[in-house]
This record gives sequence, structure tokens and C-alpha cells, in this order.
Amino acid sequence: MGNKGNVVEARGLTVVRGTTTALGGVDLDVPSHQIVGLLGPSGSGKTTLMRSIVGVQRTTAGSMTVLGRPAGHPELRRVVGYTTQAASVYADLTVTENLRYFAALLGAHASDIERALVAVDMAGLAGRTVGTLSGGERSRVSLAAALLGDPQLLVLDEPTVGLDPVLRRDLWDLFARLRNDGVSLLVSSHVMDEAARCDRLVLLREGQVLADATLPELLERTGTSEAGEAFLALIEARGEEGR
Amino acid sequence: MTPRLTLATASRVLTQLRHDHRTIALIIVLPCVVLGLIAWLFDGTPVLNQFGPVYVGIFPVVVMFLVTSVATLRERTSGTLERLMSLPLGKGDFVTGYALAFGLLAIVQALVLVAFTVWVCGMDVAGELWVLVLCAVLSAILGSALGLAASALARTEFQAVQLMPATLFPQLILCGLAMPRAQMPEVLEALSRVFPLTYVVDALGGVARGLAFTDIASEVGLVALFIVAAVLGGSLTLRRRTP
Repeated sequence: MGNKGNVVEARGLTVVRGTTTALGGVDLDVPSHQIVGLLGPSGSGKTTLMRSIVGVQRTTAGSMTVLGRPAGHPELRRVVGYTTQAASVYADLTVTENLRYFAALLGAHASDIERALVAVDMAGLAGRTVGTLSGGERSRVSLAAALLGDPQLLVLDEPTVGLDPVLRRDLWDLFARLRNDGVSLLVSSHVMDEAARCDRLVLLREGQVLADATLPELLERTGTSEAGEAFLALIEARGEEGR
Repeated sequence: MTPRLTLATASRVLTQLRHDHRTIALIIVLPCVVLGLIAWLFDGTPVLNQFGPVYVGIFPVVVMFLVTSVATLRERTSGTLERLMSLPLGKGDFVTGYALAFGLLAIVQALVLVAFTVWVCGMDVAGELWVLVLCAVLSAILGSALGLAASALARTEFQAVQLMPATLFPQLILCGLAMPRAQMPEVLEALSRVFPLTYVVDALGGVARGLAFTDIASEVGLVALFIVAAVLGGSLTLRRRTP
């Protein structure tokens, strides 16, 4: 079963929805103990790829292994933390009531709730009803729920969207701490300046992987100075090929 | 299925309801208002004694169907269902958790409704009161269970609301209220036998005529079987992987 150093291995992963191809034969490796940034415009297939990893996406073809097991294996549900793009928490419950439920499902201790809330800097709002929180606060509650238990892999779909710059920096600091503690992370973003905080980048466009490299490698290959330009250069290079 | 996870889900749903006082008030008060109107309309006639017990069973079915199907649809559209499907929660735990929580609410609703029609509206029940309460509770739980099963078919709020007339109106027309089943065209009479509401009306009609529990036990048993079947159907139609 593949390289032991990878927590996610996808080969030729294809998802076809009706007449549209959401993923067209994607190969992906997420090395363990790293932050892999999944970058691409909206509609590029980031969410479909993440859904496939956590086992809620019906796939058409190809294979995917997560932590040495086929994606969606029941054993994985305890060790893979997932946040959807919209904050998937209950708006009519308080922050603590939400986390208490998710902790119960994971068999996590009540003390874990406090730890998760402190990690996302939401301990002060624990008693608030989620529906009264701002969008950024809600997505941090959602993130806290993914930190419960003992996740080995975190799959985070645009966790920093709509957050102010200070909070975004704090969250990336948190991701780095989690990585140093031995967690592997796959974080999607359409903000190219977040690329600098990732150990590796996967650029996705129209259901295809354009590049899978470290930021320095990518910049060297394209002769550019930042991720956004590199992305553009790759798209244009591919266009030339097709002509 | 794991009892601990089922109960955690039921308790979470009840906590959500506890935050929503207006919904609880509507669920409890609305059937009483409808029965009160009927009692007032037919004041001085034997209509309430003849048909009251049947109505005590029918209105909760409608109310609980709507509430349950909208609640589960909300899980789908908010993304919380997707998160739950990536967690160690069985599909049966999810559906049974909902059935337990709304079943509890259904019991309260049925008790209040029976108390109101008997003691406030002055309905004279020919049969035994506890049998009426049992039938009313079962029919309210049946409404919840059918709502759970049907909500799997709905993708939008518009569809979910339409499912109530689609599922319940044919049953209401053929259950024997509009026309005694013996006088129906053969095909329709045969069709009425596969509908659970038919047995609710049969059992409650029996209570109104003064039949003992043993005389309607088979109808009550069938309603209970329909509840189990609807909960099972709800768990089977729930999909962990979606397109």
C-alpha cells in the first residue's frame, strides 16, 4: 500500500456529475506532517476533492487511500477532521452545545471542548448562540469541532474565508502548531498569499492538477515571484501546449 | 447503530427545540385550537364524540410530518449532515435520534391534545381513555417517522413542503373519513390498505364507538409496524456519499 510517508494518495480520481467533470483523473499526495495548500479558483474541484477524502463524495473512477485505508473507511471517521466551506454547525445551539454534541460523537472528553475553543480563540464566546455570531466566528466554531478528539488529518475547506488579517494569521499559526504536533493538514484557499504558509501547494483548475510542488520550486519553474503569478504562468503555459 | 450516539443525537435535537419556544408552542397549541374550533362548530351535536377521537389522531400526523421533514432538510442544506456523515455516526443513529426526540415531543403533544378535547371541549369518549392516548401518541410518532422517510427525497425547502400533501393527502382521502371504505371502488379500497393512516383512523374510530383495546389491537400493531418501517426506510435512503 503505497508510500508510508503519505497520508492521502489519490490516483486517477474522477468525479463526473451529469455532463460536467468535477475531477478529471486527479493524482494527489499529501505527505504526513505537512500543510498542503489546495489552491484554485471557485469551481476548480477543491471541495469535490476534499469531500472525496472524507468519504462523502460519490466518485466515478480512480482510487484514493487515506491513512493507509480506502477513503471513506469507517475507521477513518474518528481520525480525519473535516470542515465544510459553510460553517457546518447548528445555528440554534450555543457554541458549547455544538461542541458537546460533536465531542460525544467522537467519544472525546468534555475537557477537549475547552482546548478546542482556546485553540481557535473562541473561549470567550462559549455561551453564545451560534446564530448570533459573525460569519468568521461561526467558521471558527466549525474549525473547533474538527479539532475535537485526536485527528491525524485535517481537511479544511476555506477555513480563513472572510476573516480579518490578524485572525487569518493566528489561524495559520495554529495550523503550523498542529503540523509541528504531528497532524497533517490539507487546507483549501483561493487567496494566493496564503500559499506562503503551506509546506506544499497543489494547484487545481477545471478538475485538473496544474502543479504539485513547494512554493520555491513553483516560483523557480515559472520564473515568477509569487503564487498568483505562478498560477497564471502555468495556466498560460498549458494553453500554449493545447494550441 | 450505537445507543450512545443515538441518544446524543436525540438530546441535541431536543436542545435545539428547547431554544425554539415558538415552535414548541405551535406544535402543542395548534392541534388544540383546531379541535376547539371543531367542538365549537358542532356544539350541541354528537359530531365531536363521533369524530373527535379520529381528529385527535390526524392533526398531529400532519404537524409532526411537517416539523420533522423541515428539520432534517435543514441538516442537509446547512452542511451539518455532511459533517455528521464524515463522523462516526451511523445513519440509523441519526434517524432514530430524530425519531426519539420528535417522538418525545409527540407524546407531550398527544397528552395535551387529549386532555384539552376531553376536559375543555367536553368530548365524551365511548372507549377507554388510555387507548385514545396510546393511539394519539402513535399517530404523532407516525407523522414524525413518515416525515423522516420522506425528507430523504427532498432536495429543497419547496420540495419538502410539497411532500406533506403528496404523502398525506391521498391517505386522508382514502382513510375512510371521506367515505366508508366498504363503499369505495375496489381498487381504491385495496390502495387504502397499504396506507398507515387507514389503520390510525380504524383504531381511533373503534375507540369512538366504544371498542375495547383487544378489538383494535391489530390496527394499533400495524401502525407501530409502519413506524418501524418508516424509520428503517429513512435510514436506508440516507446516503453517506452524495453526487
